[in-house]
Amino acid sequence: MSSIVLDPTGELEPSFRQPLAKPNSLEGLTLGLLDISKAKGNVFLDRLETLFSEKGVVVRRYKKPTFARPAPTELLQDISTNVDVVIEGLAD
Amino acid sequence: MQFDDGFIAVVKKDCPTCVLIEPVLKDIEGRGLPITIFFQDESDFLSTSKNIDDTSLEASYFLNIETVPSLIKIEKGEEAIRVVGWERSEWQEFFGEQELGMSLPHWKPGCGSLSVEEGVPERLAVEFGRVNFYSRKIKIPSLVDDIEYCYEQGWTDGLPVIPPTEERVLKMLNGSPRLPNELIGSVPPHSVNCTVVKVAINAVMAGCKPEYFPIVLAAVDAALDDRFCLGGLLATTWFSGPMVVVNGPIREAVDMNWSGNLLGQGNRANATIGRALQLVVRNVGGGHPKGTDQSTFGTPVKYGLCFAEDEKTPWTTLAEDQGIARDRSAVTVFSADGPLGCVDQNSRAPEGVVKSLAGSLRSINHVEMANASDAVILIGPEHGRVFDLAGWSKADAVSALHDNLFIDGADLGMTSDDALADDLISSKNKVPKFREEGLRLIRAGGDAGLFSAIIPGWLMKGELGTDPVTKEI
Repeated sequence: MSSIVLDPTGELEPSFRQPLAKPNSLEGLTLGLLDISKAKGNVFLDRLETLFSEKGVVVRRYKKPTFARPAPTELLQDISTNVDVVIEGLAD
Repeated sequence: MQFDDGFIAVVKKDCPTCVLIEPVLKDIEGRGLPITIFFQDESDFLSTSKNIDDTSLEASYFLNIETVPSLIKIEKGEEAIRVVGWERSEWQEFFGEQELGMSLPHWKPGCGSLSVEEGVPERLAVEFGRVNFYSRKIKIPSLVDDIEYCYEQGWTDGLPVIPPTEERVLKMLNGSPRLPNELIGSVPPHSVNCTVVKVAINAVMAGCKPEYFPIVLAAVDAALDDRFCLGGLLATTWFSGPMVVVNGPIREAVDMNWSGNLLGQGNRANATIGRALQLVVRNVGGGHPKGTDQSTFGTPVKYGLCFAEDEKTPWTTLAEDQGIARDRSAVTVFSADGPLGCVDQNSRAPEGVVKSLAGSLRSINHVEMANASDAVILIGPEHGRVFDLAGWSKADAVSALHDNLFIDGADLGMTSDDALADDLISSKNKVPKFREEGLRLIRAGGDAGLFSAIIPGWLMKGELGTDPVTKEI
């Protein structure tokens, strides 16, 4: 006899979002550098900012209050409306 | 299900009272009264003519029969009167007939209806469609083993789960008055809305009994509280998983363990409640090891860790410290790595035990790291007695521990927060190992052993990390 069980999942798979195509050049684009508040992340991003700025790329800096939690909505909205490309400093 | 106006009797052959009153039913039919007999098992003891097979128990279910024989009078499609068992004058009044069953004893109680035997109401509710919750039904192919099927779907933590049939889930839901479709919250990492029924399904799979369900729901409520930061706890490379501590009368009601081996195997409530929470995270939230769960090592806590507090001590309980009265039940969730033993078989004064505990506490995360994690300390009965005999309260013990847990700024080689450490080093040169609310003492454990258990957790820093959360059950 076959049995019927109830689905233990949320039944809502998160929709797969197609990533944006990667740009071939940063010319005319704004670059966001996101510090997630991991130790020394700022050191890495400071260096990147220097290197990109030397190449004439417009850089905006962002910082999450804590790496432990998702970014606040306001921060996500700011990033999504004001920059074209983001580099996130993830590691310790 | 509709019933015609007239009299209904529900009987079963296996009931001596039903067999006893059978001649009365025949007599009623002979007097020309409109009576229909529903039989739950066999009909060969009936000499009446209008007998209806109710071995499916459908009529018994819709008539809410608890006892046989039951007599019901239907008027205009509705139940007007009900009589259960045999009581001669009651039957005479019910039928409006004198001289009924005069040769029988005055009174004989009925028997239990087959429709209310263990597990049957849930089966009938599912079969006859009185299930008022939503969850997708999945049919397991006939030649596939149910438990293996659950493995194949990725629904388990590596141990077998109980297949969540509708009957089992309905039974679980009956363990709590909360409505099945009530939304509890959004489960990380995929932020999926979770209803009471989804928690019930996972509680069934974890092996919970329905009486544990209020604890499981409170634990899920607490874990989904934003202060707990469940998403971060799941995703971290650190060891921790959620730990559930239970206080109040429900501990005894569901036979939880707060004594010997409370962190170990063997007690069903301890073993399954924490597991249910973790299965909710896995199955509803989508949190899988090596997926969103990036833990470097993990911890056995991630199979689920739940235990109760020993409340027969002079100290206030964990829940009381959160403002919940001792006669109420509550859960508190913590992030937890797993226990570190602390032995002190020499100290007969609390100052000595404190010194030993502080020495062990100093080593968590790294001896030169401060303010990174909180710690729960399970004070075993033999250590607890040292505090009690000296008249020390919990607050006294916590305060003494903090006094013994300053790290010299010069020794602060490691820190979880550069700016904070710089500030602390420059300001007073002594850095507290733990934040002020970072040490929580719980009384528990077996009678023998001058031990306590230190359970550190993950990044307990309030808004910047996780905080323990208490919810009343």
